[in-house]
Parts: sequence; structure tokens; C-alpha cells
Amino acid sequence: MSARDNILKKLRAGLEGSTPRPDQFDETLVTEPWQYAPEDRIQRLRSLMETVHTEVYTLAAANWPAKVQELLENRRLANLLYAPGTGHGQQLAEFWAEAAAEQNLLAYDRPIEEWKEELFWQVDASITGTAGAIAATGSLVLWPDRHEPRLMSLLPPLHIALLKASEVEDNLYVMMEKQNWPAGLPTNLLLVSGPSKTADIEQVLAYGAHGPKELVVLILEDA
Amino acid sequence: MTELFYDAAPNATRVAPERPGPRTYPAKPPEVTLFGTCVVDLFFPEAGLDAIRLLEREGIRVHFPQEQSCCGQPAWTSGYVNEAREVARAQLNLLDNGLPVVVPSGSCAGMFRQHYREVFAEEPDTLKRVDDLAERTFELTEFLLHVCKVDWQDLGQPTQIALHTSCSARREMNTHLHARELLGKLANVERLDHDHESECCGFGGTFSVRMPEVSGAMVLDKTRSLRESGAVEMVTADGGCLLNINGSLEKQKQTFRGRHLASFLWARVSGEVKS
Amino acid sequence: MSQRIPVKELTDSFRGRAVGALADAQLRTNFRVAMDSLMKKRADAFPDEEEREGLRELGNHIKARALSRLPDLLEQLEAKLTENGVHVHWAETTEEANRIVHTIIESKQGSQVVKGKSMVSEEMEMNDYLAERDIECLESDMGEYIVQLDGEKPSHIIMPAIHKNRRQVSKLFHNKLGVDETDDVNELIQIGRRTLRKKFLEADVGVSGVNFAIAETGTLLLVENEGNGRMSTTVPPVHVAVTGIEKVVANLRDVAPLLSLLTRSALGQPITTYVNMISGPRKADELDGPEEVHLVLLDNGRSGAFADAQLRQTLNCIRCGACMNHCPVYTRVGGHTYGEVYPGPIGKIVTPHMVGLDHVPDHPSASSLCGACGEVCPVKIPIPELLQRLRQENVKSPDEPAVVQGGGSKYSWKERALWRMWMALNTRPTLYKCFLWAATRLGKLTPKNLGPWTENHTAPVPARRSLHDLAKAHLNAEKTSGDRS
Repeated sequence: MSARDNILKKLRAGLEGSTPRPDQFDETLVTEPWQYAPEDRIQRLRSLMETVHTEVYTLAAANWPAKVQELLENRRLANLLYAPGTGHGQQLAEFWAEAAAEQNLLAYDRPIEEWKEELFWQVDASITGTAGAIAATGSLVLWPDRHEPRLMSLLPPLHIALLKASEVEDNLYVMMEKQNWPAGLPTNLLLVSGPSKTADIEQVLAYGAHGPKELVVLILEDA
Repeated sequence: MTELFYDAAPNATRVAPERPGPRTYPAKPPEVTLFGTCVVDLFFPEAGLDAIRLLEREGIRVHFPQEQSCCGQPAWTSGYVNEAREVARAQLNLLDNGLPVVVPSGSCAGMFRQHYREVFAEEPDTLKRVDDLAERTFELTEFLLHVCKVDWQDLGQPTQIALHTSCSARREMNTHLHARELLGKLANVERLDHDHESECCGFGGTFSVRMPEVSGAMVLDKTRSLRESGAVEMVTADGGCLLNINGSLEKQKQTFRGRHLASFLWARVSGEVKS
Repeated sequence: MSQRIPVKELTDSFRGRAVGALADAQLRTNFRVAMDSLMKKRADAFPDEEEREGLRELGNHIKARALSRLPDLLEQLEAKLTENGVHVHWAETTEEANRIVHTIIESKQGSQVVKGKSMVSEEMEMNDYLAERDIECLESDMGEYIVQLDGEKPSHIIMPAIHKNRRQVSKLFHNKLGVDETDDVNELIQIGRRTLRKKFLEADVGVSGVNFAIAETGTLLLVENEGNGRMSTTVPPVHVAVTGIEKVVANLRDVAPLLSLLTRSALGQPITTYVNMISGPRKADELDGPEEVHLVLLDNGRSGAFADAQLRQTLNCIRCGACMNHCPVYTRVGGHTYGEVYPGPIGKIVTPHMVGLDHVPDHPSASSLCGACGEVCPVKIPIPELLQRLRQENVKSPDEPAVVQGGGSKYSWKERALWRMWMALNTRPTLYKCFLWAATRLGKLTPKNLGPWTENHTAPVPARRSLHDLAKAHLNAEKTSGDRS
């Protein structure tokens, strides 16, 4: 018999004569304590994210590319990794061309194997979209895909994320329901709640452990 | 979540019992049984007597069945289940008369209230009597506070004390809350907090002799924080902890001591000062 | 204090190692400070008792429900993962699991493995297994990396290097990596970052653990703060996840409460920096992520715990570490004293099923049963109750069938005879009274040396009159005076 058969057989023997426990998931326990008035929702998200060293800006939707450029300029960064196949990627590229911005735009448009070294060591910053955010825990939802790969939010020391103000939900449970996650998940769904950190030495918090040292969230208000 | 494991099929996956709501207390009864506990019996009998006096002061007639011995906890926690069960059965039979049972020890009261269910898990008929006993069992401070609703005049001099509650008393009987509230009724008694107050004193029954080094480190820390609290003395409603803490203090040649809560309370409300 | 313990026992037994740990002032300070801080963080993360208790009950319910249909859920998980393109493997023993992992690495001619934090891989001693086969298996969680660099094992399941302070880490980095010493924690972390980033880039295979495996969607969920978990599961061309069979939950929505319980109980965080949900390998048109994802489901004694309805509750564990943070024994002796992968209260109840009670005979008794662990457990494992049960299994006579492997290892007919005597004493009132009579009369003769008890205490002297005696006299007097009036 295979290991699989043995394990399953042992487990089934243990349950002999018993019935599965009924499903008594009480969703109010994960929703009611985590509900916010619309005007408080973004404030909650913002304050939680700021507590873990995230920079958060709220701005009119049209202004974000200029803000990105300003962020790079202030930090004297030389390049920015972006996703050319996305709507915001195209918007960024158009702005960059018009403004004749001097930072290099690096398009994530080929498999990682072709430029691993460069991605690992030479990219200063990245910009990605988000699939919304969760106020209760101060988390961004990232839904990486073919156009906006997984490592964009992990390798560069600075990660800039765009968040639509209208896509902030109260809590994880509501987010799962609204976006119907069980119906189809991407290869790698992510919740990101701040820049990478560790407290493994004496419980002293240090940022930039393996992922981004800085996370900047641009909350875009509809015009 | 109504189907608790006690009632479920033997192989059924268990769920934790739901958190019990606040206990409802009966009106003050005319008579009660005192279950003295073996440690009080042998090492702190005065505390047992003071418990009787405190109850009598509230106009309650106290019975002390001479056939009582130990609740069975030492054998139970050591894994000697059959031995524990027979000792438990002897107490169960003895206390099977419907009278409220008052216990001057949180851990023994907890044994009646919580662990007899596990001890007799395989005897459904006995479980009914176990439930009945559990319902009638009260730790002393709980009984004075919530059943007798004592209203005391503090006849003692102003003093400062630290309160230690045994872990099982705290977690199974909420004794820390009852004792605090009860002490709060004494006008001249100030209760001082001590460092890591909710941490175990290291007694744990046979743990103290099976792991003497770890247990010793725990009681050293406990006695240090008690002494450093600024209190004049420590009071506790648990004989085991008292034995542990006082024995350690004496070994360290410290003058600071603990005293059973029953004795402390009796001294305050009777005005009797004992050596 | 230690002179009564034979030298061999100093390293081979819990008690012996505890003596060593207790004598190490630096270690004790490191743990006390860390555990105090972790307890405070947890308390602050659950300001509302009602909310906390409701969530704990839900957590318990979700795990109990999953366990009550565990074999079905495992099959569902396997089917879903397979559909998503993940290879699923089963292993009864750690040896089998190691062989599976090794075979996968070999098939890629891999020589470098980078590992995200995984307690199951510690169970497997995967690093050593692979090292013996000329494969470098590098820990990438900062704490794990520090511990590995020093040739040690983790001393805490969430904070592996909690027993070290910054100076010890600095010295270690200086000696092993040739960098300058520094007291700056940030600088130490940056040294780790630079060293490990290179390793992520070069690795052939990434290994990770799993926090929750979701049967409904075929998803492996990992939580972490550092990003090393994401690196290990995204950069190398092959990702191998290893996990215990108890980690499966039925539905995606189940992770909403479990996540909240896990991160708040562990570190007092509302959530970890990253929650990483992996549902398959890189799709044909995707630009990064591993081309192959494997899951190894490990039993290693879990089905033994599962066979008993009471002990099954051990498998509720979500590995948050709150029980050890709140344990007065763990706080004083640290994780290495336990001598096994899982320390603290959870270690005491889970390890016997993995290695046998006879290998860890003192585990169940190294507890005062204070109950702090059970009180904070986010999935309401009745840890003290299970410790009591294991004590029971451990003193069983060899003639009785063993429920837990290696059970009965503390059986002693002498001790049993003593408890029989104790039982006779406490069930026969006449005998008990004789005992009281003798003890109270002969109290003065109590020897000064009562073995282990008198190491920490003076010998307790029985009172001159028992409560039985005093109460009888008192109540008789009351009765007489009552009758007179």
C-alpha cells in the first residue's frame, strides 16, 4: 500500500462511527467587529499602514504619475519598474514621455530568467496596481498576473502601489465575498501590509528584511 | 456548538466547551458542608476553622463530615486515574446530600467543578451526580461574596497585603476576582499588585518534586515579587501555594510570610489577633 | 543543585538541560524580556474580551470541523491542487518526506536549496539530510539563518533566534561572514539581506512550509513578515512546500478568522506583512514564479494522535507560539531545553506522537499544569487536559495496550504501589484518621531532608491538631451551647 493509502486508512479508522461536524461558521464574528463608516474606512487603512512605516498619499486620480515622478526625484532614484500591459502602465509611460522624465522606465515584459541579475540588483523602484484594500488590517490586495508579475512588489527597494479609494473594503471576509475569491484565484494572491520587516534580533523592528524597504500607497480619488 | 465531547460518540472530534456565562448564585442557605481539603487538614487546620467561623458568623450551620479526605487531585494530575477515581468517588458519595459544599481552596473546588467530569467521563450514571455536586460547590471567597453577600466592618489596623491566587483557582474558579472584591470590602486593607501576579508560583503538586530546579526558580521569582510589592504579608486561598511559598521563604530565611485568606479575613472581622 | 543528576542526564534529559539553562543568566534574561513583550503584544491585540473569545470559539470550531472530515478534505485538497497543476506527495515518515524532496531536487540536478521558514522541515531535519547528499539547504528567515549559521536549532517556533542578543549575533556574523562587528540591528539585518539575496537568485529549488492548505480552492497559504517566504516560493524554478496533514481547512473563508487568530496570538500583529496564497505553478504566459510546485503531506505520528478523540485536539494547532510565550516553564528554561523541534506546551503534547513518549518521558510532567497555555490557545486546545492524559498514558503498565507510541515509559510498580496506598488511605475514613493522628503527633519528627522538596523549601511540619480534630471539637461545642440556649 502507498503512503497515501496508509494515511487515509488510519485517519478513516479513527473516525469510524462518527459523523462530520456541522458547519456553524458564524460570519458575524469576523465582520461585525470590523465595520467602518465610509468616511472612516480610508482613515483606518491609512493609520494602520502608517503604523508599519508605509507612506500613504491621497490624491486626485489624474495626478498620480506626477506624484510618482516626484517620489523618485526626492529619493534620487534612477529607474522605475512598471507593467506596460496594464492601463496604469500605459498611463505612466505616456506621462513619462510627455514630461521627458529622466528616470528610466523598465518594462517587466520578459520572463525573469532573461534578466534575473538586473531585476535583483539594479532596479530602484516599482509601481503596481492593486485589487483593492482591507481597512480592518491595513492590507493591500495584489492580484499579480501575466501583465503585472509577482516579483514587482518584492524585489525593488521601493514599491509604489496604486489604490482606488472606492475599492477599500471593511474586512477580509467581505473582500472575499465581494470579489468572489473561491470562484477563481490567481496563481499567487497577495495581501501586503507594509514594507518587508523583521524583529528576529531582540525583537527590534527592522525594515527591508528581504523585500521592499519602503512601501508608498497612492490612494486615488475619483474625479 | 451544543454537542460537547462528554455526550458525543467515542470517536467524534471534540469541540471546546463554550465559555460558561456568569454563574448564578442561590440565596443564602441555612446549612452547608465544609470540605476542608487534605492540605488544610494537615498543615493549615486553623484556616479551616476560620472558614467555619466566617460561615457561622453569617448565620449558617456548618457540617464537617468526619469521613472526608482528599479530592483526588494529586493522583489525577499524576496520571493515576483509577486511584484518583476511587478517592473522588468516596467524596462524591459523602457529599451526595444536596447541601452546598464550601471549599477553602480554589484548586480543590475546581477539581469538583471541572475535573470530576473528566474523572468519571466513562460513567454516565455517575456524571449526573457529578454535575449535581459541581452545581453545589463554591470556593470560600466566592461563597462569602456572592451567596452570603457579606457586609463587613474591618476591625483590624491599616495594612497592606499582596494577594496570590493559585492558577486553577484563577482559571477555573475566578478566585482572583472574588478575593479582590472581598478584600475591597475591608476598609483598612490595601491590596498591592505584584510583578507577574498571574504567573504560577511553581507548586503544581508533584511538579515541585519531579522538576525541583524549574519549580524552585519559579517560587524564587514569585517570593521576590511578593516581597518587592511593598506588602506586609501575602494572603492566598490555596493551601498548596501557601505551602510552597512559605516553605521557600523560610528556606531563604526571609521574614515575609503568606497566610491563608480565611485566617486573614477572620482576624479582620472578628478583631482577634492571633500569633 | 545539579550534583544529584548524573552527568549523562545533564544533556540527555529535560531536567538536566533545564539545570544548565537555569544557570545561564543571559539566556534567562533574554527569554524573560522577550516573553514579557510578546505577552503584552498579544494582550494589546485583543482589547475586547468578547471578540477574542468568540473568535477563539470559531477557530476551534473550524479546526474541529476540518478534523472531523480530515481524510475527505485531504483528498479534496489533492484533487484541487492537481487540477491547479500542483504535484501532491504523501509521506508517512520524515525519511519518506526527505526522500521525496531529494528526488525532486535531483530530477532538476539541483545543488542549492533556499528555504523559507518551515517547522515541518525542521521535523524532517531536511538541512542535514540534504547536506549529506551534497545539497546546500540554506535557511532564509533571518532568525533561522542566524541559528543555522551557528549550528543550532531554533529555540522558539516563531522567533527562532530569540535566545540570542544583538552582540551574540554580531559576533557570529563577524566570525562566519567576515563582516565588521556592529551593535546596530538594522545593519545586522542588512548584512543578512545582502548575503541571502544572492542565494535566492542562485537557488535551484525553494522550500517552504504552509500555514493553511485550503481544500476548496487548492491553495497554500503562507504568512510572513520578511519576504523570504515570497522569495523562496517565487524566484527558484521549483517550489516544494512541506506540511503536516493537519493543516488543511475546508473553505477559503475559514482563513479569515484563523489568520486573525494566528497573527494576533503570535506577535500581536493585526496581520503579517505578507499573506501569500499560492494556487499553482507559473501559467504558460506568466513571466515569473516557479514552473513546478510540489506539496509534500507529512504524517509523522499525526495519525496516531488523530486515532484518539481526545488527543486529536492536538492537531488543532496553528503554530502561533502563544502557549510558549505564556508558559512560566518555557520562559525560564528556553526552547533548547525541550531537546526537540517543538518546544513549550505545544511541544509537550505534540512531540510524543512524533518520536514516542519513551524518547521524551519527562515532557508531560515538566509542567505545573498552571493552565496559562490553554487559556491563550487561539484554537482552544485543552493543553493541560492533554498533558494530564499523556501522564496517564506514560504510567500505564506495559501489560495495557499503548495508545501513544512509547507509552508506559514511566511505569514503576513502586510508584503505583504508593498511589494504591494513598488510595486506601483516602477511601477508608478510619485509616485516614489514623494517619492524621500519627502525622499530627509525630510532626516534630519530620525529617529535615525530604529529597527534592527540601532543595527549595524547609520541611513542612504538620499541625499539632488536624482540621478533623479542630472542627469536631468546635462543632460539638457549638452544638452543646446551641442545645443549652
